[in-house]
Amino acid sequence: MTNPVFQRIESEIRENPVVLYMKGTPVFPQCGFSARVVQILSHVGVPFKGVNVLEDGELREGIKEFTNWPTIPQLYVKGEFVGGCDIIMEMYQAGELQAMMKDKGLVTAEA
Amino acid sequence: MAMSTAEIEALIKAAIPDAQVTIEDLAGDGDHYAATVISETFRGKSRVQQHQIVYAALQGRMGGVLHALALQTSAPT
Repeated sequence: MTNPVFQRIESEIRENPVVLYMKGTPVFPQCGFSARVVQILSHVGVPFKGVNVLEDGELREGIKEFTNWPTIPQLYVKGEFVGGCDIIMEMYQAGELQAMMKDKGLVTAEA
Repeated sequence: MAMSTAEIEALIKAAIPDAQVTIEDLAGDGDHYAATVISETFRGKSRVQQHQIVYAALQGRMGGVLHALALQTSAPT
């Protein structure tokens, strides 16, 4: 049986080009790993929707199952899971994250 | 309950026998680790897939008893 939370996640990542499932909000992250990804996205200059999993226990567990990924934050770009904190950090340092956002037309200005 | 570096390494090696595992205890509190895992298994796989293989090896401990494990994975060069 499909988890009802999955439908919510599916429409969220379909309707928003960049979605970050995180602990806390972009303005007030409540976990160091979430804060780091927010910082990177801001630096790259890509607008994103932050979803606070701490406000919703079902979502907090559901997103882990949906992605088959045990931790939060989780970044989705154009409906695809890109990674958690370590991967985003690695991609950012290698310049891959910036390139990917540009390829997908999500950022125009040089960061 | 925290985990020891030896436990983490044993779990990874049990699932990925050829893995070269380096684990650092970042805060000295048995709760914040950084691991580098190198294995032939990772070749041709995306970063997400590589990390999923390691998480699977940890059998649900990641995000549970194991709060923080910064992960870097790659195939041998």
